[in-house]
Amino acid sequence: MNADAGRAAEPAWALELDCRGMRCPAPIIELARRYTEVGIGELVAVVATDVAARVDVPAWCRMRGQEYVDEAVTTDCTPAYVVRRVS
Amino acid sequence: MTTPAYLDAASSEPLHPAARETLLAALEHGYADPRRLHGPARNARLMLDNAREVVASCLGVRPDEVTFTPSGTHAVHLGVLGLLAGRARVSPVLARGAVEHSSVVHAGDWHAARGGSVIELPVDREGHVVASALSMESLGVESLGVVAVQAANHEVGTVQPVAEIADAVDAPLFMDACAAAGRIDLPTGWATAAVSAHKWGGPAGVGALLVRKGARWRNPFPGDDRIDERSLGFENVPGALASAAALQAVTEARAEIAPRQHALVEEIRTRVAATVPDVEVVGDPDSRLPHLVTFSCLYVDGEALVTELDRRGFGVASGSACTASTLQPSHVLAAMGVLTHGNVRVSLTLDATADQVDSFLTQLPDVVRAIRAQVDL
Repeated sequence: MNADAGRAAEPAWALELDCRGMRCPAPIIELARRYTEVGIGELVAVVATDVAARVDVPAWCRMRGQEYVDEAVTTDCTPAYVVRRVS
Repeated sequence: MTTPAYLDAASSEPLHPAARETLLAALEHGYADPRRLHGPARNARLMLDNAREVVASCLGVRPDEVTFTPSGTHAVHLGVLGLLAGRARVSPVLARGAVEHSSVVHAGDWHAARGGSVIELPVDREGHVVASALSMESLGVESLGVVAVQAANHEVGTVQPVAEIADAVDAPLFMDACAAAGRIDLPTGWATAAVSAHKWGGPAGVGALLVRKGARWRNPFPGDDRIDERSLGFENVPGALASAAALQAVTEARAEIAPRQHALVEEIRTRVAATVPDVEVVGDPDSRLPHLVTFSCLYVDGEALVTELDRRGFGVASGSACTASTLQPSHVLAAMGVLTHGNVRVSLTLDATADQVDSFLTQLPDVVRAIRAQVDL
């Protein structure tokens, strides 16, 4: 995901959710609340410092029938968990 | 109507009545140094040997394969590191399951900090170590010192294919049986194993290291001059005997206890999935420990869940990060790739009743609903 060389500063996701500093399950609640703001087929990035998000974003995708794409990093090196809205 | 319940037996089972009775009697008579040559010492020695024979018989091993230790954790450390010491000239590589108990993880870290290396064996979504992926090529190592795989998982209950794994690898296997001993028949194929008495209704402060005849085990620690060269410190004779009494009692009653608990947990698995929306009940649904189950509720704060259940009289454990001293989510749930927040582990005491389980299952949906209602979804 987002592997285009030199394009790291210009993310390919349509929506970035800033969940820095939030603790579980707040980043997942934020994702559930807002993922419908993007169109079907588009990407949402959950930018989270909470380590539980690394497991819980893919698990949410599996439980809610959405597609987990990959883990990327933002320009400030915070993990970004990228989800594709498929329904 | 509420029937409160302690539902955290997998953390520690209440003292079994047989253990209490034996402990009180043994405290009276088992005080002397079992190595000495006088009468009180002979009494203590007899009690210790008796405890060893009972534990051996219940676990299906020989008495001289049983060493009492000051805890299950200490038995784990001795079991893992002692096998590695015996294999030092062959390979420094420890391969351990990704869902092992933290005592195995810490033993591995200790080994790595002293020049050894550790690789992690991946698990599937239900928590089984994948036995078919155990060749040296797929593990990416040139040699294998020791393999460490638990008998059954302490958080999700999944029984591991220990015998199959032992067959598949060319290295001795350490088996952490702390969660499984007294609950299920132990598998075969291992070289060393560890058990913990307070998990089956014995007192805390008693574990046992099991070393199979012929296993190449070397003491990784300074050692001592006790009756059993594998252990250290003054023997806890009353504790050992009380632990043996509890193990004997639960082993004798297992044909009744295990199916009853298995059915109660089946009831929990089914009703939680049916009555709580957006819940994930994890672990192997069939090949599992009879007395425990873990599930995770989407959008629910684990600490709030445990606290509210406690307020209503139910004591449960949780693998969610917010409930852990480390603020890390359970490495077991993470390795399985299942939801880590809103997590609850329910584990039944030996005398848990259908009323307790029903009461818990009746209240759980309300508790989850109330916590979810506090967030605007």
